Amino acid sequence: MLRIDIAKQLGAFRLESAFEAKARGATAVFGASGAGKSALLSAIAGLVKPDTGRIEIAGDVLFDAGRAIDVPSEARRIGFVFQEARLFPHMSVRANLEYGRKRRKEHAPAAGFDDVVALLGIAPLLERRPRTLSGGEKQRVAIGRALLSNPRLLLLDEPLASLDDPRKAEILPFLERLRDETGVPMLYVTHSMDEVARIADHLVLLDGGRVAAAGAPGDLSGRLDLPLLIDRPDVGAILIGRIAGHDDARVVTRVLIGAAEFLLSHIDLPAGHAVRLRVLARDVAIATKPPEGLSVQNVLPCRLTALADRPNGRCLLQLDLDGATMLALLTADSTRRLDLHAGQQVFALVKSVASSVLV
Amino acid sequence: MNDDGRFLTLTPEEWTAVALSLEVALKSIVFSLPVAIVAGWLLGRRRFFGKSVVDAFIHLPFVLPPVVTGYVLLLLFGVKGPVGGLLNDWFGVRLAFTTAGATLATAVMTFPLMVRAIRLSAGAVDRGLEDAARTLGAGPVDRFFSITLPLMVPGIAAAAMTAFAAALGEFGAVITFAASIPGETQTLPLAIYAALQSPGGEETAAQLSIVSFVLALAALFLSERIAHRAHALQG
Repeated sequence: MLRIDIAKQLGAFRLESAFEAKARGATAVFGASGAGKSALLSAIAGLVKPDTGRIEIAGDVLFDAGRAIDVPSEARRIGFVFQEARLFPHMSVRANLEYGRKRRKEHAPAAGFDDVVALLGIAPLLERRPRTLSGGEKQRVAIGRALLSNPRLLLLDEPLASLDDPRKAEILPFLERLRDETGVPMLYVTHSMDEVARIADHLVLLDGGRVAAAGAPGDLSGRLDLPLLIDRPDVGAILIGRIAGHDDARVVTRVLIGAAEFLLSHIDLPAGHAVRLRVLARDVAIATKPPEGLSVQNVLPCRLTALADRPNGRCLLQLDLDGATMLALLTADSTRRLDLHAGQQVFALVKSVASSVLV
Repeated sequence: MNDDGRFLTLTPEEWTAVALSLEVALKSIVFSLPVAIVAGWLLGRRRFFGKSVVDAFIHLPFVLPPVVTGYVLLLLFGVKGPVGGLLNDWFGVRLAFTTAGATLATAVMTFPLMVRAIRLSAGAVDRGLEDAARTLGAGPVDRFFSITLPLMVPGIAAAAMTAFAAALGEFGAVITFAASIPGETQTLPLAIYAALQSPGGEETAAQLSIVSFVLALAALFLSERIAHRAHALQG
């Protein structure tokens, strides 16, 4: 368990954040550029000293301004994966990986060199120099280097931000394996909702240096009162469920979200496997009666729980789907035409191909 | 061309001057380099009280007339000087008018040159890499030797070679502090000067000048090569 409550004045900007992160899994810190995400990570790692406050990890106090405790960065055992990898240019990949391993204090049993190399798929790169690596390869080596220092917490500062989409797709599965297989808790800074949806078990929203909200990604993504999330063109819900089964003849997969069943294009995973769906609000249509003669496969009965007016004559609807929350973006004109109001039973229409499936 | 038709024939005395020059230049660099690295790093990377004074003091030999620097050295390190007196009384070490003295004068003269170049290379080391090393468990001294210093190597190598080339040509401070004793303190430029002062010495002066020209050029060329290689190695 990571407990943070710090304040730091940085020029005109003030970072004043308090939150807790779980002892397992990935906590995403989400915010726009300049929200103080990087400063927050630097403070946790001990690279920047907060003016006041307290940082505590698993009962160990790393920083306490009141009691003049400030454990130096090199003694904190907090791994840091920087946005630009920061591999040591005068060392081979192997020497980079060994750097943290040679300096670690043997506390808990640490991940083995071969295991980490295999986990990240970097065995062919070991004798190469960092400058000869691609952006994605560099980032994988940086993750391995941090992991081999046997950290009790891994900080990742937008590790995918400087990569193009194919490279991101290359790294994401490694991050998921990292989260699921190593047991090292991760604090993952990002400004991409897709990454949050894929990686995060827990979400902290940072806005102007302050924590705007914290909670499960599925809960926060369904709220109408968080400008950080609903002001985005890709506003939408994160739904967590599992694969119920496949219909091979129709080449479709059934996914259960709570009690609601989604029919999606075939997903190559066994039944029972956990999946996350990201359904953008603009991809959801509303009907007041079960429609007929429609190509849309998912016609989900749900309750309209709230409406929020949006700029440019739009309206954002919050839908309760047997406990899960979905959002729909309509024109305000449509909501008036259909006389939509909170508490009403409606049907949410979601095209099978519209929701992105995140494993 | 000489009378016997051979290009560049040096007498044993002249070869001694060449060898002495190389010895003095090499020793002055070897002894002052560690100090220059520390000074360059301090000036390039740290803030401390009196930094501008230290900076100015280091650069003094750069701007003072070399004769003045030599004179100050004589005052300090002469047998009757405050430092030289102690050295003489306690260790029996004499600096003035010795090879060691010529080395000291050369080191003091080339020191600012080295510090300037090393300071630039220290300032150019990416602090992000040092932060990365910190999070991997490296303390301050460890970080300096495993990250900062290796990344400064191209700058240090270039600084040492440039200083070496300059050291071969030191004149004013050396002749003032160590005088021009053949085989003891008479380096190339001093030998050239002595040759010019004696009747019929023009030919010797010309030959020694060619030697110093070649040495200086070789040192500069080598420094470029080393810097280039070191940069390439570090990506």
